[in-house]
Amino acid sequence: MSGVFSPGRAKIKERTLRTDKWWIEPAITFGVLFSFIIYATFRAFENANYFAEPLISPFYSPCLSTACQDGASLIGQPIGTLAIFGMVISPALFILIFPLGFRMTCYYYRKAYYRSFWLSPPACAVAEPHEKYTGETRAPLIMQNAHRWFFYAGLVFNVLLTIDAVLAFRGPVSEGSEVMEWGHMSVGTLVLLLNATLLWGYSASCHTCRHTIGGRLKHFSKHPFRYKLWTRVSILNHYHQQFAWVSLFGVAFADIYVRTVSIHPSLNFYFF
Amino acid sequence: MTRKLNLRIWRGDATDGALQDVVVEANEGEVVLDVIHRVQATQMGDLAVRWNCKAGKCGSCSMEINGKPRLACMTQVASYGDDETITVTPLRAFPVIKDLVTDVSFNYRKAMEIPAYEHPKDLAPGDARMEQIDVERSQEFRKCIECFLCQDTCHVIRDHEENKKSFAGPRFFIRIAELDMHPLDMLKNRKRTAQEEHGLGMCNITKCCTEVCPEHIKITDNAIIPMKERVVDIKYDPARMFAGLLKRDKRN
Amino acid sequence: MTNMERHNYDVLIIGAGGAGLRAAVEAREAGLRVAIICKSLFGKAHTVMAEGGAAASMGNVNDKDSWMVHFRDTMRGGKFLNHYRMAELHAKESPDRIWELETWGALFDRTEEGKISQRNFGGHEYPRLAHVGDRTGLELIRTMQQRIVALQQKDGRETGDMESHIKVFAELTITDILKENGKISGAYGYWRESGSEVLFEAPAVVIATGGVGKTFKITSNSWEGTGDGHALALKAGANLVDMEFLQFHPTGMVWPPSVRGILVTESVRGEGGVLTNNVGERFMFKYIPEVFKNIYADNEAEADRWYLDQDNNRRPPELLPRDEVARAINSEVKAGRGTEHGGVFLDVSKRIPADVIKKRLPSMWHQFYELAGVDITKEAMEVGPTCHYVMGGVEVEPDNAAAIGVPGLFAAGEVAGGMHGSNRLGGNSLSDLLVFGRRAGMGAIEYVKNNGANPVSDASIKAAAARIEAPFSREGGENSYSLHAELQEVTHNLVGIIRTGKEVEEAIEKIADIRKRSANVSVAGGRKFNPGFHLAFDLDNMLLVAESTAKSALRREESRGGHTRDDFPGMDTTWRQVNNISSFDGKQVNVKSQPLPPMPKELFDLFDIHELEKYMTPEEIAKGGSN
Repeated sequence: MSGVFSPGRAKIKERTLRTDKWWIEPAITFGVLFSFIIYATFRAFENANYFAEPLISPFYSPCLSTACQDGASLIGQPIGTLAIFGMVISPALFILIFPLGFRMTCYYYRKAYYRSFWLSPPACAVAEPHEKYTGETRAPLIMQNAHRWFFYAGLVFNVLLTIDAVLAFRGPVSEGSEVMEWGHMSVGTLVLLLNATLLWGYSASCHTCRHTIGGRLKHFSKHPFRYKLWTRVSILNHYHQQFAWVSLFGVAFADIYVRTVSIHPSLNFYFF
Repeated sequence: MTRKLNLRIWRGDATDGALQDVVVEANEGEVVLDVIHRVQATQMGDLAVRWNCKAGKCGSCSMEINGKPRLACMTQVASYGDDETITVTPLRAFPVIKDLVTDVSFNYRKAMEIPAYEHPKDLAPGDARMEQIDVERSQEFRKCIECFLCQDTCHVIRDHEENKKSFAGPRFFIRIAELDMHPLDMLKNRKRTAQEEHGLGMCNITKCCTEVCPEHIKITDNAIIPMKERVVDIKYDPARMFAGLLKRDKRN
Repeated sequence: MTNMERHNYDVLIIGAGGAGLRAAVEAREAGLRVAIICKSLFGKAHTVMAEGGAAASMGNVNDKDSWMVHFRDTMRGGKFLNHYRMAELHAKESPDRIWELETWGALFDRTEEGKISQRNFGGHEYPRLAHVGDRTGLELIRTMQQRIVALQQKDGRETGDMESHIKVFAELTITDILKENGKISGAYGYWRESGSEVLFEAPAVVIATGGVGKTFKITSNSWEGTGDGHALALKAGANLVDMEFLQFHPTGMVWPPSVRGILVTESVRGEGGVLTNNVGERFMFKYIPEVFKNIYADNEAEADRWYLDQDNNRRPPELLPRDEVARAINSEVKAGRGTEHGGVFLDVSKRIPADVIKKRLPSMWHQFYELAGVDITKEAMEVGPTCHYVMGGVEVEPDNAAAIGVPGLFAAGEVAGGMHGSNRLGGNSLSDLLVFGRRAGMGAIEYVKNNGANPVSDASIKAAAARIEAPFSREGGENSYSLHAELQEVTHNLVGIIRTGKEVEEAIEKIADIRKRSANVSVAGGRKFNPGFHLAFDLDNMLLVAESTAKSALRREESRGGHTRDDFPGMDTTWRQVNNISSFDGKQVNVKSQPLPPMPKELFDLFDIHELEKYMTPEEIAKGGSN
């Protein structure tokens, strides 16, 4: 017997004496994250319905493979086409690793999934089911220390997705023209803008960002500008959990929206 | 306004024990420690409970109330329902001595393992100059009243007795962070020893320490994560890794 | 006595608050082996409760400050009953003691220039209190606790054993201080956890056990404040000086019950809090004593201006010394202008924005909000006098804190008497701990150097062990809880904040009666962590303290500082010339008068002669100091 049942500790047979509904939070977290994983997996392998010019789904941007739909590749197609047993690999798979890695190693999501998926612990003062625990000291979890790498990658994605949102200020191809003209805006523009904004919020509120921008300093007084930035980022950081969730919903929503529009182009309402 | 309160108190010692039901009077505005004292004075003269200031400043009356690590002096009876039974047990991460009193010596041993503050050798008393913005981060951690509720709730040791050897616990991570962020501390290798000797890497930042802290110290966000990031700085940072700077940081 | 542990040290320190730890640091740094006894866990001592700050004339905020001004304020606050030498040492040395803490890692709040910030406090002429928000006591004790650990780590590196030179014995109660051949030889006690007995052999013992608040019904003190050191010293043959002087903090919470007795720090008033009665009158203006007329504002307009311009306005009367505030509140309540729970209102919410209150008084806000759902940024607090501090204590030599009459015994901190006279200024206790904690350490070092070990005899051990066993061997005796409650009732009602000769006489009789019955206390349950058993010993100590307080209070026929006699309302210059000295003859406490040492000329000359005329007799004035 280990943990709260170790010899010498007060003999109480319950794993926890908490009387509140402590399991609700991990259950909801589990449900939502699991749904997102199912949906994201489906979309990543779907390899279709991700581009409705000028809108591109965040799951597929940047689209780096020659398998990409025409016009969807913002920064070229360096990957070419890869196929396994004749099946063309979805362009989403080449890039999802980065945002996924950023979120997997995120200090907030770690809390969320360690609690809800791994039950380590399911909630505070509720005994966890595992016999052994080594935390993040060895492989594979020592990889959590790579959060900073993913943070940098995430910034690149934020730039690209912001460009996607800017490109969405182009209008539908009018008669007699071959290219879309600038100066238009649709619901899709707003959706991509919102998505990019939330992602910037998620990155800016990130603990690594807070550290890099000023947290690592020993003397704030010698770096007044960075200190100021640090205080701002610290305020955002307080809401990192909220940013993590709404930006996740934002990505999913942007993708659902683009997918819908790519099937039913007429649904994308243009304001002007 | 006086009412009858159903209280279940764990009584026993390291060999055995059980929850015992008592009915006790509770007055308006009273905290759990008040009613425990009433039980002690009227029904169980030898009920062991540790307490001191009864004002949330000393961190002595740590126990678990309805399964949650709390200070009994800071837990109002009114925060529970009128017919709710309140269950009080000793801390479950530490060996019990008797009734609600546990042996928290683990924490004092860990305190002795954290290298002390090192003042600059050439800086005479009275000559220190520090800016308020430079001391504020460490001051937050110095609010700690050493109630050890964070240590109690931390699953790394609560659920794994064997980890006690290699894990200092949240209370001492904030101590390390306090010193690492102290504007004058001269000791260089706190980051590395935090990771390699005090078990910072064991923490999986599930934040229970922050949840239970009666001083509302943001243990995870302001101490543990920044320390993890500082460890990344010297051990895993990509830019510095490519620039070959990590070697140079060995002394940190 | 079975399984009695035996330890041998150079210095035994009873009490792990600020004074005890500072003494331990001093003794260890001189190479001595030190045992520190704490009744509770290490780092939980009552010192953590001190909020306002530590007074030291560093002059960081106002450079007009100096030790002379601090000394003057201290003597004034104590109504010139202080031992001048203690007040002098304290004023001179406290800046060094504060700075020293910084070299051990303490982080005080800072001024713009990066120096230690200092705040205003009642009775201090200049901003003088080094502070950390409102948790200065915690900072002090933690710093010293960590200093002890630093020394232990050093010992670990040098000897391989971290506890080779300093060992902390937590949750241990000392029941007897032992003497052989008229000198200290050690102490005897028991582990609270197991009830098993421990003998310490040590030629020097430092008492640093703090206060006596638990003798009273409403108090800010925790269970530890049971006057152990006072009683141990008395029984060991030392004297207590001026035990009639108790500080009732004027602003303790009187409602709601979960926070009753808890202090509302003076800085709430320092930051702009005002006192009003139940008709909304800001009543403190009516209670400015003659001696303070020139430094305290007599109208609201000037008082309010002071917060913005301290050089050109007189201070608000809310910042009068504590005893004046306590007396004013008591008068208001007695005149029927109090709240329904017997207090008055203290309000900061109307003058300071909520976020400023939360920033400047964070733990005040947090404490009352969490403990009782009271939001001090929105509503007034209900406050009244609560027993807070005892000025009286062990009579010591100022320079080395040696208890007079008992070679090898030292006392520092609240348990020592003399430093604060009849009333302590806020902020002076934290610096007192540091200054005299260190001096007690120095005294012990010097004593140990000149006096070798003094082995404890078997007879002494037997007697001490028998005392611990006694309550278990009785059956069907009195319950210590109810006796304690009875004692608290007596002291609070009859020897409380306002006293009369008749009531005090009645109290003396009742205390004697309780004492007789306490000899018969029996304890249920075993020895293991048994609070009933613990209280039996604490009760014994509190009874001795209460007796000493009551007898001293009866003897002093005047009102001064923390001693107010309704039948002798004025201050009497002849009573200023004497201390009340309590001693114990084995059966009862006896009190006699003893002349105060006269102030030397150089200190005497620091005062305006007209001020001294209010306190001293014409003959004393004419003499102009002792040399």
